[in-house]
Amino acid sequence: MAVIASKIDTSSAEFAQSRARMRTLVDELRALIGQNALGGHAAARLKHQAAGKLLVRERIDALLDPGSPFIELSPLAAQDVYGEALPGAGLVTGIGRVSGRQCMVVANDPTVKAGTYYPLTVKKHLRAQEIASENALPCIYLVESGGAFLPRQDEVFPDREHFGRIFFNQARLSADGVAQIAVVHGSCTAGGAYVPAMSDQSVIVRNQGRVFLAGPPLVHAATGEKIDAESLGGADVHCRQSGVTDYYADNDLHALAYARRAVATLQPVPCVSTSGPQPLLDESEIDGIIPQNSRKPYDVREIIGRIVDGSWFDEFKALYGTTLVCGFAHIHGNPVGILANNGILFSESALKGTHFIELCCREGIPLVFLQNVSGFMVGRAAEAGGIAKDGAKLVTAVACAAVPKYTIVIGGSFGAGNYAMCGRAYGPRFLFQWPNARTSVMGGEQAASVLATIKRDTMQSAGQSFSPQEEEQLKAPIRDQFERQGHPFYASARLWDDGVIDPKDTRRLLGLVLSLGRKPLTQKTRFGVFRM
Amino acid sequence: MTTQPGTPPHTIRRLLIANRGEIACRIMRTAKRMGITSIAVYSAADQNARHVRSADEAYALGPAEAAQSYLNIDKLLALAERVGADSIHPGYGFLSENAAFARACNKAGIIFVGPPEAAIIAMGSKSDSKRAMQAVGVPTAPGYHGDEQSLARLQTEADRIGYPLIIKASVGGGGKGMQVVHASTEVASAVASAQRISQASFADDRLLLERYFPKARHVEVQVFADSRGNIVTLFDRDCSIQRRHQKIIEEAPAPGLQTEVRSRMSKAAIQATRAVDYVGAGTVEFLLDTDQQFYFMEMNTRLQVEHPVTELITGLDLVEWQLRVAQGESLPKAQEEIIQSGVAIEARIYAEDPANGYLPSVGKITHLRWPDTDARLRLDVGVDGGDEVSSFYDPLLGKIIALGATRSAAIARLSGAVDEIEIIGIVTNRALLAAVLGDANFLNAAFATDFLSVQSHLIVGEPAATDEDLLLGALWYASANQQVDALWQDTSGWRLASPATTIWRFGDRKVSIQRMRLGHGAPNLYLGHCEVGHGEAQQVSMQLLARDASSMRVDVNARITSINLCEQGQILHLFRRRETGVSRHVRLRLLRTDDTLRASAVVDQGSLITPLPGTVVAVHVKLGEKVSKGDALVTLEAMKMEHTVTAPYDGRVAQLFFVATNRVTAGAVLLALEPA
Repeated sequence: MAVIASKIDTSSAEFAQSRARMRTLVDELRALIGQNALGGHAAARLKHQAAGKLLVRERIDALLDPGSPFIELSPLAAQDVYGEALPGAGLVTGIGRVSGRQCMVVANDPTVKAGTYYPLTVKKHLRAQEIASENALPCIYLVESGGAFLPRQDEVFPDREHFGRIFFNQARLSADGVAQIAVVHGSCTAGGAYVPAMSDQSVIVRNQGRVFLAGPPLVHAATGEKIDAESLGGADVHCRQSGVTDYYADNDLHALAYARRAVATLQPVPCVSTSGPQPLLDESEIDGIIPQNSRKPYDVREIIGRIVDGSWFDEFKALYGTTLVCGFAHIHGNPVGILANNGILFSESALKGTHFIELCCREGIPLVFLQNVSGFMVGRAAEAGGIAKDGAKLVTAVACAAVPKYTIVIGGSFGAGNYAMCGRAYGPRFLFQWPNARTSVMGGEQAASVLATIKRDTMQSAGQSFSPQEEEQLKAPIRDQFERQGHPFYASARLWDDGVIDPKDTRRLLGLVLSLGRKPLTQKTRFGVFRM
Repeated sequence: MTTQPGTPPHTIRRLLIANRGEIACRIMRTAKRMGITSIAVYSAADQNARHVRSADEAYALGPAEAAQSYLNIDKLLALAERVGADSIHPGYGFLSENAAFARACNKAGIIFVGPPEAAIIAMGSKSDSKRAMQAVGVPTAPGYHGDEQSLARLQTEADRIGYPLIIKASVGGGGKGMQVVHASTEVASAVASAQRISQASFADDRLLLERYFPKARHVEVQVFADSRGNIVTLFDRDCSIQRRHQKIIEEAPAPGLQTEVRSRMSKAAIQATRAVDYVGAGTVEFLLDTDQQFYFMEMNTRLQVEHPVTELITGLDLVEWQLRVAQGESLPKAQEEIIQSGVAIEARIYAEDPANGYLPSVGKITHLRWPDTDARLRLDVGVDGGDEVSSFYDPLLGKIIALGATRSAAIARLSGAVDEIEIIGIVTNRALLAAVLGDANFLNAAFATDFLSVQSHLIVGEPAATDEDLLLGALWYASANQQVDALWQDTSGWRLASPATTIWRFGDRKVSIQRMRLGHGAPNLYLGHCEVGHGEAQQVSMQLLARDASSMRVDVNARITSINLCEQGQILHLFRRRETGVSRHVRLRLLRTDDTLRASAVVDQGSLITPLPGTVVAVHVKLGEKVSKGDALVTLEAMKMEHTVTAPYDGRVAQLFFVATNRVTAGAVLLALEPA
């Protein structure tokens, strides 16, 4: 059966409850993202605007083609991480259309801690560059940053994935033919000075943009020279004397227009426009399909049928390894191979997944993982049956697959299931989570039980008793910890994903990102040794 | 009397049309129907004009200037002989009332489709014709039609006639050079201007003075005569709706005319026609005062611009009649066979800006849509989309004529048609026509020739955008790619987990459009916010019901609106129907980031720039002269209209760039004025 037919009763009380619960989660998500989108404190924003400058999101809107879509990445970065408000980690990143071409935008928000880089700001910036690299997206940096956040300099400066990597990436991206364009809207001090300096082309706003390795106070301290910021590193200095910047702009808008022209003059890339028939099933019903109780099973085909073109799904090995649903479909006209969990992973499921990935890699078909996995089967029979080596086969196949991979965490992401279903460590081009998702090394209850068992064993061997009350006292905080740390916002704040999304946006989002990846594959998949 | 059987004495087979624009196209239509080859002539400015495209053959006449092309008798006749034309139709304007031209045609053995030379001469001078009319007992208005043209004499005569009075060119027509004078002190300057225009337009600077009846109507009688002495009238027309003595709306029959007056007027017209041994189509114009007294004004010895209203109520083809009479045939119908049925009204579409002193508008027509025609709606037009409107000729683009069983039905039909006109690239009087056609006084036929100066609130250009226009404009942009799978081509500002909101700036107005749920079977619902004050916004719900490349249908807060749109560069044109009172052509200029790259060619003294291409006719200041704000600096003539550029501020003339007779292009700086 190729067209997925729904067995969901949309008039049931259960459906209504599930939908209401998902709406609550999505509303919570939207509220949080909406709050973060405002940027820094009202006072900081007003001061910024009073100086005649555009807010970071206004800059992005003006940079993009009118009405362009914008896939904002990690808007929850640094959420509740540093014990102080740092909306979006003080950086807005995302993909939008500029002069008819998809570009990666990386924009400092100077109203958030003067646009300084916290550790997660660096991580977010690097992730944007990684996406740009994988999808060959020209990078436009809208710069207005105080540079590294000094109190945390040890966490942002020296390591491999720290500040220096930004410029390393700029050099390598430029070398790979991925254009690097910077617009200096404000201060680019010290390390920040290298963003425009390392760019292929840079624009600076007169009486506003400043580029210098050391600001006036440091210069005074170091050499005794007294100089004001504009004379030290303003647009006139850099456009007329130093040559650090190339285009001299009157204001933010003018500067963004130059950036748009810079993109317009790049070697044109044929814009592949794909389309496919809408699913026969209603995408918005996904809300009501996800049960409130995450242990309660549902058929993942109900989800697939609401994401793929015409609800058409050519299922592979439908009767074998049934806990992993595999099959071919199209999303907005892009061919994909889908792997979706439909229960715990068994040996057969892992073997089927491995087989399917090999097929897709040979045919160059991108892989979409719909992750909802509590892990691999455990127990004597499973171990004896070689679940470890069969799981390893699937992990090997996922790790080695050179086709673009996309992961949506639609439910649980636990243990080795996270690896086998292309978790963050397996390099999916994009990884998004639904608001009901949970990520942890195992479930909170299992973790609490494991720890309680160990404790009980220890106490019993010491001849002490372990009362049910004591056990509960031990387990409760562990469950709480796992619940807190497994929450998608917790994960998103730490950039374990690229964002938490409304399930209804899944099809469209996949369509958008799949069409970014529609270019001939240069790399052929070579698999590692499969343990047989 | 009936048509003579057999072959007429002269048969027209190759008709040269010594004209351009809508009338040339109009004549060709009839020629085609009669199996006559139409031969167009064109000036350098008209090489690809509609009348050239409509003709069977077309030949170059010369440079754009009318004197060297459409007004050049020698060239026209040489051409007619060279291409074997057996007849020439002069249309209206240009050489249509030029006796020398008629004579030259006769001499060359070419049929002149118009009256005999003598009739043209008799009626050509307004002064002579008035005297002739007085002689046969046709009533005329008090005035001075004398040959002595000194300013002193004209001043004396003016004072004798009394004020207000009107100064006109003795020859020519079209209201050119006409000036109304309200006081003795104004006579000198009015005379100077009238003489200049008359000289330029008709190569004759003689003027006449007449009593001005501000409350009079302009009523005219269409006459037709053949060479056998038969004369008929094709009833009357009212042409009172004028701007600056130029008719813009005409109708037949004249409304509210007492039967007895109508019959006397008709008799007077026939008398006038007979008095000059007239042959062909002619129009006898009268002033009809408030007491229904009428006075002979003049006789136009040609086909009138407004002849279609007569054609619609009689079902006759006046051009066919002209050609048949010119061939020597008798009038095709006798008076009693000519039946009048219904009311016809015509509106003239001009390339001019009523809100800006009727400044002619030149340029390329980048978009044009005329209303659909049928048996009751006729279009006589001279331009198509893509055509250039130059400054060399009359700015008439075309005419729309509606026929109704009653006057109000005709007005309703015409009004609806005017609403449907879409013209981009040049400014037109469309909004003025729509306003007049919707005016209660007009509907009640309560008007005189001063209608527009009294009802000056009707002199409007296209109005400024309303909030709803802005919202619809923004919706147009936001929904440009509204398909669910537009993905990267989407223009509704799709965002992850945030509302799809786009902001569109039109001048200093800001509109935001939020696209509501996107997806499976969802309606195309949008929420629009139009900033009305600081921070305040009006929220409007809009459901896009249908959209194609040039129109959309939207449910705006539970009211359906259908709207045509045209995007040209940064301007979005909205053509709105009468649902909001009056039809409007709204222009919205979308501000985009890229605009900031366009360096504006700032000319500090903007108002010293020529508003349109034309010829300098007078420079009123000398180098170094001190001028005060409002002083006349330079007078230009374009499209046979004069425009005076005045000092925008007190200052001293630092440089003069042109002298009289120089041609200037639009946007040229006329002079440098140093601020005082």
